Amino acid sequence: MIDVIINSASATLIGAGSIFILIGALGLVRLPDFYTRMHAAGVTDTLGAELLLLGMMLQAGLSLVTLKLMLISLFIFFTSPTSTHAVANAARVMGLRPMSGSKDILTSNENT
Amino acid sequence: MRHHLVLRVIAKMLIPFILLFGLYVQFHGDFGPGGGFQAGVIFAAAFILYALVFGDDQARKVVPDKALIVLVPLGLILYAVTGFYGLFLEGNFLDYNVLLNSPKAGQHIGIFIVELGVGITVAAVMISIFRAYAGRTRAIDDEDW
Repeated sequence: MIDVIINSASATLIGAGSIFILIGALGLVRLPDFYTRMHAAGVTDTLGAELLLLGMMLQAGLSLVTLKLMLISLFIFFTSPTSTHAVANAARVMGLRPMSGSKDILTSNENT
Repeated sequence: MRHHLVLRVIAKMLIPFILLFGLYVQFHGDFGPGGGFQAGVIFAAAFILYALVFGDDQARKVVPDKALIVLVPLGLILYAVTGFYGLFLEGNFLDYNVLLNSPKAGQHIGIFIVELGVGITVAAVMISIFRAYAGRTRAIDDEDW
């Protein structure tokens, strides 16, 4: 009985993580400018990876593997937003402006 | 450096763990996945991260160029000495079986020393390559960010 609960919870988490990563990939392709793409890649990457790791932890049970997965998720939790911050910061400093609503989508990136 | 506060805090937190993971990959390499080359790259990555966040000048104080000049051949010498020591003990070149009393102990210590040599050389070479390129352009001052 408990196996069924753990397995279905783990399947739900892994499925949700996969969906988040798929949404992130779609956003990376479809969103119009650099910062919105950054948002799609960064936010969904962190959440998707964390959900996948959580699902794997449920599969592994109480073992050394779970401890390693916890460490991986801890490091992803810190490093992924930091790398997003660093790239966005560098783009902002170099003068790339966020797309504003008033401009045409196709021309807004060319005059920066 | 005020501008890069987030990067500095995260890098300070992560660098010890990267070094620890490098040592794990180095010394666990004869039981599981890993080995000298991978460990050397991970170890060098920690120093390169330090140089990227805290500046090349600061990194040169941590690992001076003179230390790199010593470390690059040191690993190679460890490797070669282990190889020729097997030859000296009437085995083949890099023959670990003759290093100690039993072949099993010899294999263990032999692969350990050779991988350590590989790790030292790879780490030092990676840092040297990074230095060679990092020194070419002027560092951006904090006010310019």
